[in-house]
Amino acid sequence: MKTSVLRRIAYVLVALAAPLALAALVLVPLNLRGEDPLPATEDTAWRATPDQIERGRYLALAGNCAGCHTVRGGAAYAGGLGIATPFGTVYASNLTPDVQQGIGTWSAAHFWRAMHNGRSKDGRLLYPAFPYPSFTRITRSDSDALYAYLRSVPAAAAPNQPHRLRFPYDTQAALAVWRALSFTPAAFVADTAQPAEWNRGAYLVEGLGHCIACHGSRNVLGATEEKRGLSGGLIAAEGWYAPSLASKREASVADWETRHVVALLKNGTAPGGSVMGPMADVVYRSTQHLSEADLGAMAVYLQKLPDATGPAAAPSPARRDASTMERGARIYDQRCAYCHGDAGQGAAGAYPPLAGSRAVNMATPANLIQVVRHGGFLPSTAGNPRPYGMPPFGHVLDDNDIAAVLTYVRGAWGNDAPAVTPRDTMRR
Amino acid sequence: MCLALCASPLLAMAAGPADFRVPDTIAQRAAACIACHGREGASGNAAFFPRLAGKPAGYLFDQLQSFRDGRRFNSDMVHLVQHLSDDYLREMAAYFAGLDLPYPAVSGVSDASAATLARGRALALQGDAARGIPACTQCHGAALTGVQPGIPALVGLPRLYLSSQLGAWLTNDRHARAPDCMAEVGRRLNTGDINAVASWLALQPVPDRAKPVDALPGPLPIPCSAMPASLR
Repeated sequence: MKTSVLRRIAYVLVALAAPLALAALVLVPLNLRGEDPLPATEDTAWRATPDQIERGRYLALAGNCAGCHTVRGGAAYAGGLGIATPFGTVYASNLTPDVQQGIGTWSAAHFWRAMHNGRSKDGRLLYPAFPYPSFTRITRSDSDALYAYLRSVPAAAAPNQPHRLRFPYDTQAALAVWRALSFTPAAFVADTAQPAEWNRGAYLVEGLGHCIACHGSRNVLGATEEKRGLSGGLIAAEGWYAPSLASKREASVADWETRHVVALLKNGTAPGGSVMGPMADVVYRSTQHLSEADLGAMAVYLQKLPDATGPAAAPSPARRDASTMERGARIYDQRCAYCHGDAGQGAAGAYPPLAGSRAVNMATPANLIQVVRHGGFLPSTAGNPRPYGMPPFGHVLDDNDIAAVLTYVRGAWGNDAPAVTPRDTMRR
Repeated sequence: MCLALCASPLLAMAAGPADFRVPDTIAQRAAACIACHGREGASGNAAFFPRLAGKPAGYLFDQLQSFRDGRRFNSDMVHLVQHLSDDYLREMAAYFAGLDLPYPAVSGVSDASAATLARGRALALQGDAARGIPACTQCHGAALTGVQPGIPALVGLPRLYLSSQLGAWLTNDRHARAPDCMAEVGRRLNTGDINAVASWLALQPVPDRAKPVDALPGPLPIPCSAMPASLR
């Protein structure tokens, strides 16, 4: 009798454990696929050439590593910035050569495994807020140069902060499942049908540039949807929309002159538009520092993205409420016309035109709401060192005011974009 | 605010679209500031936003850098200056520092009690030696109109601004480079002190053509990054 009870318990335990064991059998190899074995002896006594360090410094700018791994006013590459995601906050780690907190005990092989396979030195799976689904494409030689550079920056003992993620996202098991579904290590494969310049652009945009992290869409698990390319994505935690780079209704540069695309990335402003919000940060910290050749390559690649311009929305004047338009017009005349002109014509080189602007007419009004509420300056760059600015209006215009003035701007002077509702402006 | 914007020196913009040329001046480039800080940065002491006009250039530059580099946290200011270079911030600071504009009249009305105002006056003019609190006048000038190149005036500022800044030192939310003298002073204040001194300061009439003075009244009571090392 007693043995049969024990046997029954054993059956139950096996029945419970079997799926877990089976899952582990599937998940572990899926998470380790594409990994090179670490060298038997770890070469942490790294000998880098000055050229390698300099190339690494440049590549760190191309990848905007400091954008997350340096906090405002903090030691360079010492980490600490919290990256808000729908699953919780992920904190960027210390990349300085500090032995306790940084990568002082890492070898070049460990660093490569992090970049290419998304695993830390201690074997932990890394969260894809660190965009290794893009970085996986960089070459080993570029990874080694980055490593050489990071080993050369001053060590900072800033402690790493534990991530603040909700259950189950805070578990390695959940991350293993995510990676099994969403991540495969990959190498950049040149398209031999395309010129070398295009391929260099593709390598930068798809690899270190990790443009898809913002300009791509994400599935419910937060993974970038590579097949859809740079088709635009909402940066939910910041309330900004990174427009589609493949749609002529959004931010495609297919019809621009290549030198203007270069100017946008180099100076933050170009005849066809300028950068604000998260993209101002990218220009300020990253692209303004890149060579003309690399910017030209990125421009050529971006100009040849497969066109994904959607059909025009049906004309929508009927949906605009006359009293809202009237209220919006009053606010516009009082607050906006002074710089943007009484017919939304703007002023060349200083204040962007609103009439006929793609940014104004884009389906989502998220960026317009941000700009009205917080204002902003274009980034200071060598080509535009003293940008003109827009004041924040968040303390003088309430949610209804902002909705009204934007509804007016999106419906005046030939603009024809959907009204902005208080429901839009109430989202923070 | 339309008054502030529309009456500013940007009248060139009132011209028609055909000759819609934006002046290439620092006044025009920094025009975003005046929406809050008042015409030419000369806001009065009625609301929250502090006056910029005539403040020492070194002080203004330090504050702009502090917003950019994580020592001060007003979210609008951080957003505005986060991608601006030192050169540009220095030019903005010099522009506002160079403006010589009359101060608006100070309202003599306050809901602070006589006892509170007396306490504020004592703190501002004598400090509290027992608690290690120097008088405001020891660093900010005998007339509290600031000292070149790094110490700001305390008169002509809104009470709300004064108390929020003193409160920020108390709660460790406003910083300067080391040695951070006001953080030292701020930690020694309590909320009653802050209300008293802010209430009293906001009531003080501003001397005609008030300007920061060129020299400290005496040695600094606490080492302070606001002044060049040679003057500390």
